[in-house]
Amino acid sequence: MLSLSVNGKKVRLDVPSDASLLWVIRDHLKLTGTKYGCGIGECGACTVHVNGKAARACGMTVADVKGKKVVTIEGLPATHPVKQAWIQEQVVQCGYCQPGVMMQVASLISESRKPDPERIIEQMDNVICRCGTHLRMKKGIRTAVRMTRGRQA
Amino acid sequence: MKVTRREFLKSSLAGGLTVAVSATPLGYTIVNAAEKPASFDPNVWVRITSDNRITITIGNSEMGQGVLTAQSMIIADELEADWKQIRIEQGAARDGFKSPILGGQITVGSGSLRGFYQPLRKAGAAARAMLVKAAADTWGVPESECKAELGVVSHAGSKRRLTYGKLSAKAAKLPVPQDPPLKQESEFRYIGKTMPRVDVPQKVSGKAVYGLDVDVKGMHYSVIARPPAYGAKPLAFDRAAAEQVEGVVKVVPIPMGIAVCASSFEAALKGREALKVNWSKGAIPDMDNASIEKSMLADLDRPGAKVQDTGDARKALAASSFNIEATYFVPFVAHATMEPMNCTAHVTADRCDVWAPVQSQTASLGIASKISGLPPDKVNIHTTFLGCGLGRRGKPDFVAEAVMIAKALGKPIKHVWTREEDIKYDSFRSAMAHRIKAGIDAGGQLTAWSHKASSVSILKGVRPEAIKDGIDAYCLWGLWDEPNSPHWNNRIQYEIPNLYIEFLMSDLPMPVAPWRSVQNACNAFAIECFMDELAQAAGKDPLEFRLQSLMNNLRARRVLETVAEKAGWGKLPAKGEGRGIAQHACFGSWMAEVVELSVDRASGKIKVHRVVAAVDCGPVINPGPLVEQVESAIIEALSTALMEEVRFANGGVASANFRDYPIIRMSDVPEIEVYAVKSTERMGGIGELGVPPLAPALANAFFNATGARVRRIPLTPERVLEALKKA
Repeated sequence: MLSLSVNGKKVRLDVPSDASLLWVIRDHLKLTGTKYGCGIGECGACTVHVNGKAARACGMTVADVKGKKVVTIEGLPATHPVKQAWIQEQVVQCGYCQPGVMMQVASLISESRKPDPERIIEQMDNVICRCGTHLRMKKGIRTAVRMTRGRQA
Repeated sequence: MKVTRREFLKSSLAGGLTVAVSATPLGYTIVNAAEKPASFDPNVWVRITSDNRITITIGNSEMGQGVLTAQSMIIADELEADWKQIRIEQGAARDGFKSPILGGQITVGSGSLRGFYQPLRKAGAAARAMLVKAAADTWGVPESECKAELGVVSHAGSKRRLTYGKLSAKAAKLPVPQDPPLKQESEFRYIGKTMPRVDVPQKVSGKAVYGLDVDVKGMHYSVIARPPAYGAKPLAFDRAAAEQVEGVVKVVPIPMGIAVCASSFEAALKGREALKVNWSKGAIPDMDNASIEKSMLADLDRPGAKVQDTGDARKALAASSFNIEATYFVPFVAHATMEPMNCTAHVTADRCDVWAPVQSQTASLGIASKISGLPPDKVNIHTTFLGCGLGRRGKPDFVAEAVMIAKALGKPIKHVWTREEDIKYDSFRSAMAHRIKAGIDAGGQLTAWSHKASSVSILKGVRPEAIKDGIDAYCLWGLWDEPNSPHWNNRIQYEIPNLYIEFLMSDLPMPVAPWRSVQNACNAFAIECFMDELAQAAGKDPLEFRLQSLMNNLRARRVLETVAEKAGWGKLPAKGEGRGIAQHACFGSWMAEVVELSVDRASGKIKVHRVVAAVDCGPVINPGPLVEQVESAIIEALSTALMEEVRFANGGVASANFRDYPIIRMSDVPEIEVYAVKSTERMGGIGELGVPPLAPALANAFFNATGARVRRIPLTPERVLEALKKA
């Protein structure tokens, strides 16, 4: 048995220690918001937070996150500025890549006390959105940063 | 997700008003479900229940284009519903959901709104008329004194009010009007105003269910070992080794390859690895990109099928004051939807269930019924959200595989294509080669156009009987419109008195399928790049030259004039920048785009700064998503124009994942401005036509910036440097 911390809860799992974090999250924990997109860390659809930092679940095993806190899109509160901005700006189209994108943006925002949306946008080349929602993502990022700063004030 | 006949009858018995439209290509009838007509197939369009909820069932697939929202807006508007009352259900695969224009339950051809606009309005209006009559009857007043507004019918004289929920049971007993009056445009409450998309909140929460997220009790996973080259066959494989892998439950050889079923995705992959399949050589073992391009260009030297012959192009070319010729090539591109192909299926003795992200419920139902051996009414297609569609999910090959494997296994199976399979075994957008020769008279007017185009046949794989006299109409969209096509006006827009078109069907072996806008994109690339070359040869401005061959094409003129004005066409571009224009019409709509770019002459990298687009698609339902769709189409088309090309080697596909099949990223995406011209003309499609003008506008802007012509995409840095060297 293996113990993991996911979305603030301890979960015990009967999986080998080299099991893929992505597929354990999806199939064992039934948290399917974390997506399989490429399996090689190129597209970002599987992005989760490991100890608060964006990480690609497809390239990690469950052993890699032992003793660490994993948060998935489902664990990001509905009131989180990124989720709210994504609805306000109607960012998603098919939406398949967006949980990963949102997790990455949330992580980038949290990295700085004074997050700069343009600086965050520059760091979004490592995700893929086939629908071409890039301009909406930019709007979403700017709005989410504005909301974050508003709450800090 | 789906309403079965039994559930449906139960809900209609429980009271409430259910109005449905049975739509066929011949027309549609509006049905009151309570009348239980013999031929009624339970495709509930709108159901008003005593709890004051309004449930709208939609048969089209949602892939982010906003169809659930837009179709609901149309019904809600004519029904005078309060948007808060609306619940939306995904419909099952049923005849009644077949598109009146496309003849199938299929979300393609930018057809969901232009096909269903009138039937949906009529359904909403019929229900509203019945609710009003029910209220008038209740109060003993004339219908003309009653008013329906936001889910309530009221009588001004007596200040009485009844909600739709309260009226629904009584309304259900009334006959359904077949031709209820529709609202005037000025009365629209939702149509034409941006409504937030109903699918957005669940997608943002992470809880939206795509095909890959389906969870069925007792479900296993399957993956397939597939041939490395077209036509390769398995000579030997180690079944025992695969079956010894922990978690593997069965090895199932099927025509597409060798399937491995296991308790987890990872175990299925390990089992597949253990098969160590020995494959025969492919049908064309040395096929690669160079040989493909050579073969398609060589097609242009052969006589092909005559598609159109108006006037006398040969004579007019000889008589023209000068003529020019150019050859274009557009390579194979992959769909690469973010959600790879997948399908969950369960086949028992008397029932087949399919859960999948499909664009064609009709085709999925047909293939699942055929393979399971069960009649269509025992087959249930559960459509999930689609992680992008692009036309790929109109082809049900992944459904066929899942049903075959599920049938052999006897347990529910989630059948998954890895990203590598999704790219390697895609049914690509076919490459196309074009040779065009055109003549201009002394006044600089286009007089003759002779066009040869080569493409792999799309219809060969889906509807071979539709190929007539060697002509595949799908391959010619944007150049030629087959007679009576539901995709009206997919032809070359210019007024050319002498027009000759010839089609060559390439015999290359790769499967192909529609890819957002189908071959409109490839045809527009050749036509619109060539128009630029002709303008230059005639010494005319590219916009002016186009307009003078669109004298009677008012919608094309209007989008060109609008885009030119918005982009500041008359003014010189900034120093070092180039500007290009292109227009195209397809699926009943018109689009023009202007691209502004600069070129780094040292690295060969193109930087696109701005794209301006103008569209005329007739009446607009939901303006926000319209802009999203055009932006989306432009960004995808830019990706194909700058970097996408499938790599082939050794008779198969070499590209395998996003590392060797690059897709556009944030830093390459320009600012985009979209203008929809106000139009009361017949409604056209909007999902696809942003694609075709982009690549030619880009190539034309490249010429404007550098003086170098490029007649082949993608404009990778290597190709740009080569073009600059030649210029």
